[in-house]
Amino acid sequence: MAIEVRVPTILREYTGGAKVVSAEGATLQSAFDNLEANYPGIGGRLIDDSGLRRFINVYLNDEDVRFLDGLNTVIADQDTITILPAVAGG
Amino acid sequence: MRFDSLLASVGHTPLVGLPRLSPSSDVRIWAKLEDRNPTGSVKDRAALNMILDAEAQGLLTPGCTLLEPTSGNTGISLAMVAKQRGYKLICVMPENTSAERTQLLTMWGATIITSPAAGGSNEAVRVAKGLAAENPDWVMLYQYGNAANAQAHYDSTGPELLADLPEITHFVAGLGTTGTLMGVGRYFRDHKPDVQIVAAEPRYGELVYGLRNLDEGFIPELYDASLLSSRFSVGPLDALKRTRELLEVEGIFAGISTGAILHAALGEARKAVQAGISADIAFIVCDGGWKYLSTGAYEGTLEEAEARIEGQLWA
Repeated sequence: MAIEVRVPTILREYTGGAKVVSAEGATLQSAFDNLEANYPGIGGRLIDDSGLRRFINVYLNDEDVRFLDGLNTVIADQDTITILPAVAGG
Repeated sequence: MRFDSLLASVGHTPLVGLPRLSPSSDVRIWAKLEDRNPTGSVKDRAALNMILDAEAQGLLTPGCTLLEPTSGNTGISLAMVAKQRGYKLICVMPENTSAERTQLLTMWGATIITSPAAGGSNEAVRVAKGLAAENPDWVMLYQYGNAANAQAHYDSTGPELLADLPEITHFVAGLGTTGTLMGVGRYFRDHKPDVQIVAAEPRYGELVYGLRNLDEGFIPELYDASLLSSRFSVGPLDALKRTRELLEVEGIFAGISTGAILHAALGEARKAVQAGISADIAFIVCDGGWKYLSTGAYEGTLEEAEARIEGQLWA
């Protein structure tokens, strides 16, 4: 099951500069585990002991996963995950 | 409608139905026209309330200087209110905002200090905090953490919506300072808790997310995730597409962030239709399109417009 993951500039040091990578998994957690296996170090920038890191936002097909099931959110083939740092608006 | 002064006229905006964009007679979409405020944006509510609140607390003295980090609309609103109430205003604004914003701020008498484009409003906040520390006599109202920002919407936007649309099921607004969503969200939690509170967050070009490290991320102090039902990230192409659709189909000339909010509202409408339930979805028209004419958002193909606003803070 392949999903597309959009990686923010600040994390591309782990993906060899790639903006978009693919990952596999049935849940967000397993997709992140798969990312970590392919791009060592990236996992720790996304997740800490309490779950998703405070200044990291993750969107499944544009919806914030914190309002879905967080790391347990079920993902399907063809889904897109977008990772973004939290920034100010206004 | 008659008011004693321009400031007294802030708020009381029309709620208009969108008969052609609403998917069915059971699923209706309503636009709250916040561009009808004195400076043409929803921020007039927050700016007025923050200044009145600071006056009530004794923080402002005649002729004193206000300082605020802003990507534009809040600064324009503060400049208008400050001029009426006898204060000076210095705005720290990212350099990648539209030319009209600079012109309007200057027109209303504000001084502008620009912050670097990379990092967007995060940088403006950082620069403003530094200036505030160096100039202890300046007053920074700080829209991101000032409870009077959200309170303005608890006291006015929320009650107006419930009075005009007692059957409301969804409220959709943009997520910037979070003030609108927090204030209206809290109002509905207290008065009609089954209303879904939906956030539409603009997704900018990469430049705006150009932080040096993740510890420099920013979450407004006002933000309380428990007040939201869902939160969507809306990219520039969807935002532009909906902005144009709103103009072409319903005749409403709005800014680009409104297109992002409409996109989320239409998503909720589609879900209601699929679930076979009725819905009355109100969303915020943040401002009119006037301030964005120079960005080229309304000309040529969507892809051309997207390329033109790349790297801009369009919301």
